[in-house]
Amino acid sequence: MKEYDLIVIGAGAAGMSAALGAYEKGLRKILIIDRDEEYGGILQQCIHNGFGLHTFNKELSGPSFATECYRQIKDNPCIEFAYNTVVIATSANHEVKIQSKKGYETIRGKAIAICAGSKERSAGAISLKGARTQGVYTAGCAQKYANIKGFMVGKKVFILGSGDIGLIMARRMTLEGAKVIGVAEICPYSNGLARNVKQCLEDFDIPLYLSHTVVSVHGVPRLKSITLAEVDEKRQVIKGSEREIECDCLLLSVGLLPDVGLLDEMGAKLDRFSKGPVVNDQYQTSIPGYFACGNALHVHDLVDYVAMEAKKCGENIADYVLNHNERPLSIKTKASRGIGYVVPHYLAEGRDVEISFRVSNIYHDVSLKLSSGSYEKVIRKSALLPSEMVKLNLKKEDIEKFADELVLEVVE
Amino acid sequence: MKDVIIIGAGISGCTIAHLLAKRKCEVLVLEKRADAALGASGANSAIIHSGHDPKEGTLKAKFNLLGNRMYEDYCQELQVDFKRIGAFVVASGEEEEKTLWGLFEQARKRAIECALLSGDEVRKREPNVADEITMGLYLPTTGIITPWEVCYAALEEAKMNDVDVHFNEEVMAIKKEDDHFVVKTDCGEYLSRYVIDCAGVRADEIAGMLGIDTYSIRARKGEYYVLDHKGYFTNAIIYPVPSNKGKGVLAVPTIHGNTLLGPTAEFVDDKDDDETTDDLYSVKEKLARTMKNIPYQNVIRNFAGLRPTGSNHDFIIKEDEKVKGFIHVSCIESPGLTAAPAIAKYVVEELLHDQYELKTEFKRRRKPLIMAKLTDEEKNHLIKENPDFGYVVCRCEKISLGEVKDVINRPLGARSIIGVKRRCRPGMGGCQGGFCEPQILEILAKELGIPKEKVLREGPGSEIALMKLKEDL
Repeated sequence: MKEYDLIVIGAGAAGMSAALGAYEKGLRKILIIDRDEEYGGILQQCIHNGFGLHTFNKELSGPSFATECYRQIKDNPCIEFAYNTVVIATSANHEVKIQSKKGYETIRGKAIAICAGSKERSAGAISLKGARTQGVYTAGCAQKYANIKGFMVGKKVFILGSGDIGLIMARRMTLEGAKVIGVAEICPYSNGLARNVKQCLEDFDIPLYLSHTVVSVHGVPRLKSITLAEVDEKRQVIKGSEREIECDCLLLSVGLLPDVGLLDEMGAKLDRFSKGPVVNDQYQTSIPGYFACGNALHVHDLVDYVAMEAKKCGENIADYVLNHNERPLSIKTKASRGIGYVVPHYLAEGRDVEISFRVSNIYHDVSLKLSSGSYEKVIRKSALLPSEMVKLNLKKEDIEKFADELVLEVVE
Repeated sequence: MKDVIIIGAGISGCTIAHLLAKRKCEVLVLEKRADAALGASGANSAIIHSGHDPKEGTLKAKFNLLGNRMYEDYCQELQVDFKRIGAFVVASGEEEEKTLWGLFEQARKRAIECALLSGDEVRKREPNVADEITMGLYLPTTGIITPWEVCYAALEEAKMNDVDVHFNEEVMAIKKEDDHFVVKTDCGEYLSRYVIDCAGVRADEIAGMLGIDTYSIRARKGEYYVLDHKGYFTNAIIYPVPSNKGKGVLAVPTIHGNTLLGPTAEFVDDKDDDETTDDLYSVKEKLARTMKNIPYQNVIRNFAGLRPTGSNHDFIIKEDEKVKGFIHVSCIESPGLTAAPAIAKYVVEELLHDQYELKTEFKRRRKPLIMAKLTDEEKNHLIKENPDFGYVVCRCEKISLGEVKDVINRPLGARSIIGVKRRCRPGMGGCQGGFCEPQILEILAKELGIPKEKVLREGPGSEIALMKLKEDL
């Protein structure tokens, strides 16, 4: 059985950065597995720019960002790639079953990094109702059709959900000649980055219907119309507000879910809000030796943040493999009032830690309160948005003062 | 001149065609839609019922019992999956318990294996049964199948043994002339001695073409949720006690480990209206009476099927009294899936008077190639022989390129995205095709030798590409 110091699952920004981090801290036998025929993952279909400002100090397209990541490791003899290869199963004893045209094989890693990215929430997952019809797609799938496969899945498009991919696709489909009728968002605020609302909708006069949702789809064999409706504060459809809008394509941008299939099958603990695994401050999951980072851990706003987090994760993995450093689960982080989730879920003394979190509602001029035993810290924030991940650095001197739980909350 | 024309390629049409293919007769199957099992046979609870609940003296009771006993062998013959997973009918409170006692007596009279258990005994076996449940009727002979798989397999073997199968061809008119029928479709005209009406919700309209108005059919919509195959929810089928609206809202494990929750039962006027509606919420409401810990976070899809409910509340399986040679196989709602092999046998042996001799040779279909069923060693062997079986195109369900090509290139091969999805599962998983559909489209284009923009989701008019942005190099 082939053995590696580290097996990385996924050759996107997270996988490549984790491998780099692990190599820089001393690991010498690393394998990166990807189901695709080349590196980059979903970045390859993100041909728009806006990537790389934080990591490479320049504005790049998705494929260019992937190539920048790749350049750092491509000639490295310690990092091997296995493309067109799918992981069928992983086990607690670090055996990884892989399948490719070469065969069905079991390999073993001293550590395994889950860098599998995320998947899009589907029409079924949001219980979209209506006809069995052609023309309902997740935005990412339509993006793949347009940018990689070279054709459009709609000419008269409506978009449900204001996630970033939906906004990007509103612009993309408009530029390719489609009519984008509008974007509906069930929340009273946009779930995409402010810059995308401006550059992808406002600049093209595409209306954004806040507190609206698509109730059902109609038309066989092809989509003919959708029913759009307004929702109340509880996100329930307001009876009588329904109206039919003609279109031949509905794109869904209703959230990404960390791809935790392999971890889930092994019984890893998952965070109910982030939908990703529960991790400690070295990004290790509840299955020993299995680490997670990037969108497979929690969905990020920017690929730059994915790369930064993954690099740190890789460094931690090297520390785990070479020095057998097991971080204790001494302090539990707790997402309290107004906070959706916090990553990592456990902290321990002795090192600085960066925590990331997301608020569950929109807030203006509030305070962010961190408290643990007698320790308390309040940070003023002019705005906190669910669409924008917040990162905080905790100093080890502070962590020493913590009791066994660190509570994060929004105080108005 | 054909001997028999079968109208409709649902479970009834497919099983009858399969049985007739073994005999010396010329058979044509006409199906309006693009594939088999796209009506009620492709959108139901997928259960092989034990036969405990149809009313005594009905055809439903008779053929359900016979069908259940035949199914295991039938699926073995067709090389498709059948699992006898058993079922519990669960009751809460005195009134429902009384109904359960009645069912128990009826099941025993019909010699159906069964047992009455206390609520706690039921929960010991199925911990997610609701705490309010006080009694359960255990029916171990209840089974499950993948309904379209049975249809495809039966029709495929029929086709391999010289049954003509025409998809996308709608019957427009039928005339009786002397000793034969003239069946006019939107593509042509065919003559036959017999016509077998297996047209599902539209069987009454087909019969109406010959002036037969002895019954009518209404479409009853059943809506379902589908859960992803994650962890345990239930190992057996859980039925509530039946009511006058049918078997009620069930929890049903599928062959591939998913769970179906449903169906609703509402009449609709439009026989094409298989849209899911707000009525789906009633599934949650009703299921809460029989189940707990329902993992709605794992819902990956919802769907609706239209069941043909006859005005007489029973199956109609007979030669028409006035129009000789016209055979009704209509109003086949639940337990139609279970009854199908028994109905087919009855049609061929009784209604067609056993008049066609058995052929001496019958070709068997090639065993489907399913990676998930192989050992590691067998997988490696297959991949070495054909590397396509190593290349995974659908990673949710772990389906290889080899498997996709196999289902396209079979005698009754897939011709669309849905055809591939139903035959080997890419698109059935958590991403619902978001990742793999573009790849399946390219495989279909290549294997069928058609341009990508001609690839269909299901039937005519469902092209996926509406506008080309780049030329193929």
